[in-house]
Amino acid sequence: MSDTHAQTVSYVRDTMLSESEPPLTEKGVVKWLRENLFSSAMNGILTVLSLIAIYFIVAGLVPWLWNSVWTAGSLSECREVLSTSGLGSHDGGCFAVIVERWQQLIFGFYPSDLYWRPVLAFALFFVALAPILFAEKVPGQLLYFTLIYPFLAVWLIWGGAFWMPILIALGFVVGYLTLVFGGKINAIVGVIGAILAAVVWWFLIMPFLNGAINAGVANSRLDAAPATLQAEIDALAPEIAALEATMDDTTAQIGDLVANKDAALAKVLELREQGSAFEAEQQAFLSTMDDLMVVREELAEMNLQLPLLTDRQRKARDLLGRVNNLPDTKARIAELRSQPATESNAAMIQTLRASVADTQANLGLIGLRPVSSREIGGFMLGIIIGVACIVLSLPLGILLALGRQSPLFIINKICVVFIEVIRGVPLIVWLITASLLLNYFLPPGTNFDLMLRVIIMVTLFSAAYIAEVVRGGLAALPKGQYEAADALGLDYWKSMRLIVLPQALKISIPGIVNTFIGLFKDTTLVLFIGLLDPLGLAGAIRASTDWNGIYWELFAFIGLLFFIMCYSMGRYSLWLEKKLQREHR
Amino acid sequence: MSTMSDAPKDSFRLSQLIYDTRYRSITIQVVALVLLCVAFGWLINNTIQNLAVLGKEFDFGFIRSVAGYDINQMLIDYDNQQTHGRAALVGILNTLLVAALGCATATVLGVFIGILRLSKNWIVRNLMAVYVEGFRNVPLLLWIILIFAVTTESTPSPRDFRGENPEASMVLNSVAITNRGVYVPTVRFANGPSTPLAEGDYVAQLAEWKDDRRAAVRDRGILARTWMSTTTLPARTYVAAVQSGFIDWLVVFIALGGSFYAARLVKRNALQTQQDTGVLPTTWPLRLAIWLIPVTIVFWIMGAFLDFPEMAGFNFKGGLHLRNSLIALWLALSLYTSAFIAEIVRAGILAVSKGQSEASFALGMRPNWTMNLVILPQALRVIIPPLISQFLNLTKNSSLAIAVGYMDVRATLGGITINQTGRELEGILLMALFYLILSLAISMVMNIYNNSTKLMER
Repeated sequence: MSDTHAQTVSYVRDTMLSESEPPLTEKGVVKWLRENLFSSAMNGILTVLSLIAIYFIVAGLVPWLWNSVWTAGSLSECREVLSTSGLGSHDGGCFAVIVERWQQLIFGFYPSDLYWRPVLAFALFFVALAPILFAEKVPGQLLYFTLIYPFLAVWLIWGGAFWMPILIALGFVVGYLTLVFGGKINAIVGVIGAILAAVVWWFLIMPFLNGAINAGVANSRLDAAPATLQAEIDALAPEIAALEATMDDTTAQIGDLVANKDAALAKVLELREQGSAFEAEQQAFLSTMDDLMVVREELAEMNLQLPLLTDRQRKARDLLGRVNNLPDTKARIAELRSQPATESNAAMIQTLRASVADTQANLGLIGLRPVSSREIGGFMLGIIIGVACIVLSLPLGILLALGRQSPLFIINKICVVFIEVIRGVPLIVWLITASLLLNYFLPPGTNFDLMLRVIIMVTLFSAAYIAEVVRGGLAALPKGQYEAADALGLDYWKSMRLIVLPQALKISIPGIVNTFIGLFKDTTLVLFIGLLDPLGLAGAIRASTDWNGIYWELFAFIGLLFFIMCYSMGRYSLWLEKKLQREHR
Repeated sequence: MSTMSDAPKDSFRLSQLIYDTRYRSITIQVVALVLLCVAFGWLINNTIQNLAVLGKEFDFGFIRSVAGYDINQMLIDYDNQQTHGRAALVGILNTLLVAALGCATATVLGVFIGILRLSKNWIVRNLMAVYVEGFRNVPLLLWIILIFAVTTESTPSPRDFRGENPEASMVLNSVAITNRGVYVPTVRFANGPSTPLAEGDYVAQLAEWKDDRRAAVRDRGILARTWMSTTTLPARTYVAAVQSGFIDWLVVFIALGGSFYAARLVKRNALQTQQDTGVLPTTWPLRLAIWLIPVTIVFWIMGAFLDFPEMAGFNFKGGLHLRNSLIALWLALSLYTSAFIAEIVRAGILAVSKGQSEASFALGMRPNWTMNLVILPQALRVIIPPLISQFLNLTKNSSLAIAVGYMDVRATLGGITINQTGRELEGILLMALFYLILSLAISMVMNIYNNSTKLMER
């Protein structure tokens, strides 16, 4: 065929034509628009509708943000600032509320001079997390820090003596040692022995040791204590008086400035009414406003300082009185002891001893200033509850997941019932249980911190959810892995610890992160039992006379912070999911 | 060779309980059971002691005592002279109402957004992504409180609708959006079954029953009341149902149900004809008629008319009053859950392999047929199980109603009743039980549905 053609064809093209440009509709922006926005009539309509929607949102939002007021002391002042520009009260946002209250929304009522402690704990949290989340990029030795971190974080946030976290951590060491040595006799003996040893350490030995250290430090300080305390009290008195005087001055100054501001405002509005130039007066008004804010900030700072100082003074006085009474109290204990033992005597001795111990604990404190749970709030509260509960619920959740997979009938059923009951009832009911009912279930007379109760309850709650996530991981593992472990002759716990769980947990990390996101969002529910989460604080701010009637700005700020945290965690979990998928292929 | 291993001994030694795998599992389970019993015993013992210290008894009798508080939204007859049990029931119905409304809206929105997220249109796709991420990553409670704040604080009060030149006006002259809630037109019946009864002897009889009951409680104590309640229960239920207009709507729903079955029958016959002859008869006009005509006739016979809200004095009268608490809760629950459902729908559709749609195109099916007959049935199998858990989540999340003062079971039984009677233990137990039963019931119903759509494997 080709031979015959070779003779008949008179012309054969020997060069290629140069490539011509694609048609206008097939390249560049036009092509993108055609393919992505107007590929069909329906899509065209959708595009137009979306553009209209976006236009309305942007047209509403941008002027509102552009006109927003960032320096004002109350909502009505915001409106005054807006009115000088001829704007209505809804034409601009009032973000002054965020400027004034952002610290409260993040830290709650945590003492402002101690903010570095939770911030440091938060920063170290990422260091502690690094060996788990980015295992291949950081040195493995960091894992030791991860083990230390929980104790360090608790100490940083709540403060107290520096030996307390060490003593608590030693409980785990004691338990571990018992496990290792008891395990040589028998595995079950080892486990039970370890739990018993740790409990004995925490509830019997640790309080005793703590008391002994406290007493030792306190006794060494006892001689010098009255003098130092008296000196502190004396030094504080003029300081407080000076502060109070400055505060009075500042309050008067604020009064003057407010009067100036009102006058300036009236002038601006009047000029505006007349239609004459008012820019200079408006500038004057705004600068008065700025001055006002500066002075107010100073006052607010002093308002925070004053209770701290008076509190220190009160505590020092209190301690001084008790230190002076210490010999008397001890003598009274000895006297009561020499008397015949009756019930009332025993109770009396108990109270006196507690008072002595308390005095010694206060006097013998070497460490950070204690902060009570009531002062913790805002985002900090949510993060503490979320992180603590997820970390604590992991071991429990893994055990529950293993139990649910277990062929042992009774254990299986216990786990199933636990998981289903917890998951079937809303978190809010469990939180009310924590606040109202937990005291019923514990021995009479036990009463402990509401935050701790919440953490216990939420831990149980999230353990059920973690259990389901881990169960998914266990189920996703090929059966060959289980069989291989059996074939190697490993017993149940060894096969789980060495073969199954490392792989199953790795698969479950995205699910665990998602559970954490859900839990972190759910920490807002603690407002129903009186803890001050960001939304509870927002309610308090909205109820104050200054900011009554504000909502968009406040909720937008809180929502934005939640969004940033949850969205970034969600992205991380997606990234991990993709990476794990690739590894499994 | 026979000396290589010992013959198994049948005798049982105690150490076998720990070292022999045959018995060890039993040992472990018995130990677990004993520990569990000890733990429960400890808890119950503590509870008994604590109750004794507080001088309380474990007693559900408070259910029968007079509640004494009002509830602002009731689906059934209730006043503050009725029992705590009745108040709890009102709360339960309110929970169910908002859960049902929320599930329905969230599903519709979620499916819609999930499909739009897969659209070829760049702008729509990304808008929907913003919607999903925005709602998913912010706590539900914030949405509820924000929507409530917006609906109560940025809307006009009913007073603004008054006068010659009112500051606010109704949307399309029929919907009034006020800070007390939204008033929408509703369908009422001029001569439905309830109309003659509403003014008849039955209402008087109901009032008489109530008076009798109060007198009986006064004279003879609570037991008499229980007896009377039981004997008159069917009659009272009937009168209450008729009075509230429930019967009218029941008639409408029966008509609709009949239409549903008739339309399905027609469709089935048409498919049978297609199988037999290869030609699919056109049935949509017939089916449309089956849907519309009976309902129209029912409406006409019962004299349906639209009842518009109207300004009367200082407030609106007529129409249907949706409280802000209900709207905030309903809207927030729907928007929040719809973001999750959208992701589920998207994942479900993406899970159907591309070969399926290509095969269907190769068979000459049109795109909408491909969607309806090939992709959706397969995607549904992936979608349904996580959808169930979203419905469960929504139902449980409805307990956040307390944030806006919506009177659900958490607010009545778990809130005011507990505060008034001091029976935390019993109240919370009952509430937990209700939620548990509800959760199990929803997952059971959905599992039945799930099984019916499951892939039939040979």
